[in-house]
Amino acid sequence: MAQAAGLALRATSLLTAVVALSVPPVGAARAADTARGGALYEARCGACHSLDAHRVGPMHRGVFGRRAGSAPGYEYSPALKGADMVWDAATLDAWLKNPETLVPGQRMGYSVADAIDRDDLVAFLRQASTR
Amino acid sequence: MLIKTNQSPDVTRRSFLSTSGGIALSGAALALLAGHTHIAAAASANPSSDVGILNVALGLEYEAIAAYQLGAESGLLQKPVLDTAVLFQSHHKGHRDALIATIEKLGGKAVMAKSNADYAAALSAGGLKSQTDVLTLAARLELGAVNAYLGVIPAFGDKDLAKVAARLAADETMHWSLLTSSLGKPVPVVALSFGA
Ligand code: HEC
Repeated sequence: MAQAAGLALRATSLLTAVVALSVPPVGAARAADTARGGALYEARCGACHSLDAHRVGPMHRGVFGRRAGSAPGYEYSPALKGADMVWDAATLDAWLKNPETLVPGQRMGYSVADAIDRDDLVAFLRQASTR
Repeated sequence: MLIKTNQSPDVTRRSFLSTSGGIALSGAALALLAGHTHIAAAASANPSSDVGILNVALGLEYEAIAAYQLGAESGLLQKPVLDTAVLFQSHHKGHRDALIATIEKLGGKAVMAKSNADYAAALSAGGLKSQTDVLTLAARLELGAVNAYLGVIPAFGDKDLAKVAARLAADETMHWSLLTSSLGKPVPVVALSFGA
């Protein structure tokens, strides 16, 4: 009984810690968190993408600054292949927010609703593209 | 990892070893499509975009089938774990058949699988040195698939297809949970940790 209560308490304090970590201070300009972006990338994009190999989706290293739909050896949808666009912070954010709005006829279909999550993901992609 | 199934291990093993020649629909495919006879090109708001998403899902299933195949052939999995890997692989084959049937029903063309060598390279399978490595890779792919399926649900024009994606996600969550527990890792502390 006491043990169960202790466990519950521990879970609660962990939860508080997690919430505290994930909510940025109100009003402060928030710098994108590349490490958090990397963890998000692993959990949300990792099913379909890798940095260095084409999987269900194209490889991502070098994507920042690259023309959309242009990684050699990956078969893009005609829509993305034909999109006249270069990936930068703004286009990547728009893509992740709603790929179908940005490039109608695309095949990704996966979106990221939270602006902070997108910010961190884009920072991670930018960093991964410079190494 | 000991998982009781209502099939004897022998049956599971035999069906794993038998080469799948026919294109007959698996039980899973039929179950998924049962009662959805109205899933037809006309029923979907945007059938070509739905087919695109289903083909991406099919690509994930091919990759999962290949990953379990690589694991099973690696010699790194011991007996009870091997049987479970084979069972999970058979679920993914059921998903594959169901997705192909649905894509064709919508008038689309299902994508083809790549070679196992291609999947091995893309997944860096050469680096797998132990049973734990194989199970960790499997858990990572299953978790990715859960999040991917949950993430594409809102993109479907047809709600019945969204439900198909949810059912696939449920199977992958079951796999992830059992793999995680067999690796001795804790379950998520917070609620709603999937598909955020
Ligand atoms: C369900 C599988 C899936 C998931 C999950 C997914 N993607 Fe994609 N992604 C794709 C596919 C498929 C394409 C190619 C789309 C096309 O050809 O229309 C793509 C294309 C892209 C592109 C364009 C790349 C290029 O070379 O032009 C970017 C950038 C991208 N994805 C980022 C992400 C990020 C970041 C995440 C995680 C938040 C993510 N994707 C999650 C399947 C996925």
